[in-house]
Amino acid sequence: MSDSTPIVDAPVHDPEIGADEWVSRSGDRTTRRGGLIGRAEHELMRLPGTIRFFAFFGLLALIPVMTSDDYLIRIGTVTLVFALLALGLNVSVGYAGLLDLGYIAYYGIGAYGYAMLASSKFGVHWQAWAAIPTVVGATVVIGFLLALPSRRLSGDYLAIVTLFFGQIFYTLAVQGYKVSLLGLNKDLGLHSANWDVTGGPNGIANVDGFRIGSTTAITDHAYYYITLAAVVLVFAALHFANNSRTGRAWRALNDDTLAAQVMSMRINWLKMLAIGVGAGVGALAGTINGALLQGAFPDDYNTYVLITIYAVLILGGAGSLSGAVLGAIVVTVGLEALRPGTEFSDWTANGRGLFYVTILIVVLTMMRPWRRVLAVLGGTVVFGILLHVIIGAAWPRGVHGGILNSASTFDHGGSMGWAIRHWLVLPAGTFQTGGYTVFNYLVVLLIAMILGLTLLKGWMRDALLVPTIWLAAEVYEARLIEEGSGATRFLLLGAGLIVIMAKRPQGLLGKPRVEIV
Amino acid sequence: MTPLLQLGGVSMAFGGLQVISDLDLHVNEGEIVSVIGPNGAGKTTLFNLITGVYQPRSGDILFAGESIVGLAPNQITNRGIARTFQTLRLFLNMTVKENVMAAAYGHTHATVVESMLRLPRARREEKAINALAEEKLAFFGQRLMGYRWNQPAYSLSYANRRRLEIARAMAAQPRLLLLDEPAAGMNPVETHEITELIARLRKEGGYTILVIEHDMHVVEGISDRVVALDHGVKIAEGTFEAVATNERVVEAYLGLQTTETK
Repeated sequence: MSDSTPIVDAPVHDPEIGADEWVSRSGDRTTRRGGLIGRAEHELMRLPGTIRFFAFFGLLALIPVMTSDDYLIRIGTVTLVFALLALGLNVSVGYAGLLDLGYIAYYGIGAYGYAMLASSKFGVHWQAWAAIPTVVGATVVIGFLLALPSRRLSGDYLAIVTLFFGQIFYTLAVQGYKVSLLGLNKDLGLHSANWDVTGGPNGIANVDGFRIGSTTAITDHAYYYITLAAVVLVFAALHFANNSRTGRAWRALNDDTLAAQVMSMRINWLKMLAIGVGAGVGALAGTINGALLQGAFPDDYNTYVLITIYAVLILGGAGSLSGAVLGAIVVTVGLEALRPGTEFSDWTANGRGLFYVTILIVVLTMMRPWRRVLAVLGGTVVFGILLHVIIGAAWPRGVHGGILNSASTFDHGGSMGWAIRHWLVLPAGTFQTGGYTVFNYLVVLLIAMILGLTLLKGWMRDALLVPTIWLAAEVYEARLIEEGSGATRFLLLGAGLIVIMAKRPQGLLGKPRVEIV
Repeated sequence: MTPLLQLGGVSMAFGGLQVISDLDLHVNEGEIVSVIGPNGAGKTTLFNLITGVYQPRSGDILFAGESIVGLAPNQITNRGIARTFQTLRLFLNMTVKENVMAAAYGHTHATVVESMLRLPRARREEKAINALAEEKLAFFGQRLMGYRWNQPAYSLSYANRRRLEIARAMAAQPRLLLLDEPAAGMNPVETHEITELIARLRKEGGYTILVIEHDMHVVEGISDRVVALDHGVKIAEGTFEAVATNERVVEAYLGLQTTETK
């Protein structure tokens, strides 16, 4: 509607029941993002949820058709396993607001349970249709039992107790190779005084793939589709549960436990139910992981993995199912993409490309107006070239380094490499061969400068941003890239997550929450 | 006829502080009873005792002839008592409609598995809950209608939050509604509206109502009977006129010296 049209001349709408003029025009007042992206987003959101759901997962189903690269399929499967785990965790953390740090135990119990029922460990080889429901059902019961003593706890107290449960599981898995049944092992027909149940630190190997009849799933394709099917089914089931009396009750007790109870909800039962349902989903992911890895090993179910699952859920947005899936994609694919494939010819599939492109995108999207963007980027280029020239004059060997390539040797790295070599200060034999520990200290300096950025405002911030960007690139090329597939990619992913969470505290697809207004 | 709600000799103390002492109170079916009294008189504690948030030290609380002492709040709500909160305890991050739908928990029965699989009973109940919520929200005219259904509760104005609290309590399908200061923080027009609304709650909704209120215009407009509390003791009971002119009530509100001002 054009601004010049007086309101009194506005076309008379058919009177809607329960809607006055102001109410019926609420849609016109909501602010919308402009430009092409905003338009695309708007059109996408107008589609019914079911269509978006099937379109998205249909697209995922096409990935194995489009590529025959087993490595990509494998990453896809791992991503989907994490998506499944985040979906399960979302029930207790996202819906019911229960900080369940013992979640990893259910994942582990799923894997170990399947491994015990389908391997030569105990000589039983159950088929998938029997083993999966048994393991999932048993884990739901375990979830209920663990929730029973902690159902009256909330917040930090619940977190401490459940963290303890998670650790108990890990300890049992590692120590479970010398189980003594009251010292009566031999009398009970066991061969050894130390009965091996979990395989201890070595875990259980040679686990069967999922088998139905005489067909066993072995290919990466098969597991991709099995996991995708599990994600689709769990997603739909949790969506329906969330929009039912139980789901509303979970969210109600998350908002105000006392009010929920006064409004007729059985809060203790609902808390146990949330943990139990989450446990079942976690166990399902565990059985898939056990069959996929053909084994159950304790270190796949420790606190590090728990933290990754939490990172996935919180990044995606706790409380949002599509957020859980998106979070899994960003974290898992992000970690893979950050591996330093160092061929300059392939900028899309290497960590170096991602590193520079991300910095560029962040500066381009977060800075306004264009004059500032140009000043900072131009300043960074000039700053680097000047430093290169000055240091090069004083210490010629200091600027004669090469660029790390995919063969882990240094070369000139083509035209992009030329640009980088003349912008940064790369000493000959850069880090390992040159032994320049100064770069370790530059990492510390970089962190200090980034912290400094958060304290400054206005032009001083822009001024500090110039050396910070340059130093980030310097530290990356001269130091971090050498450990690209190790610590560096976790470091970079962590930095990326911090930036995203600072910008969107509610997660990518989460809704901002309000505690007290 | 047995009263719908009957308190006999109810006492409550927090540590050494006696909040309610030996209180007798009854509410008959279809009645609107107001509880008045200065701040700290024990009015909200009375509501917390009735709804099971606190357990009385002594005395008995009968609802429809049966004792409800010792029951959990959700069990008491299922027996037919629903309340609003003076301090507004909405489910802020849920939508307006979901707030009302959530309160239908106690009288619906679909299990989580039924809901996940969308089995017939879950679908049928979901439809009924939807209709129930829309009906309860429509009770407030246009205030809580239209696009507001899908807005988070935290986006509502103060007065609308009070209305939503009442709608939520109605969705629990109670026989007795406990309203804790429904007109607090409302402007004169809205206060007038709330007075009419409470009358409509009884007439159209068929609820029996026990209400705590400070605004004497509201109390005068709605009450069949008024009970005045001070320091946890019932100091007067009767019609509005009788209680408002009662010496002890005036004293409790204004102090000893000014018994001549009404």
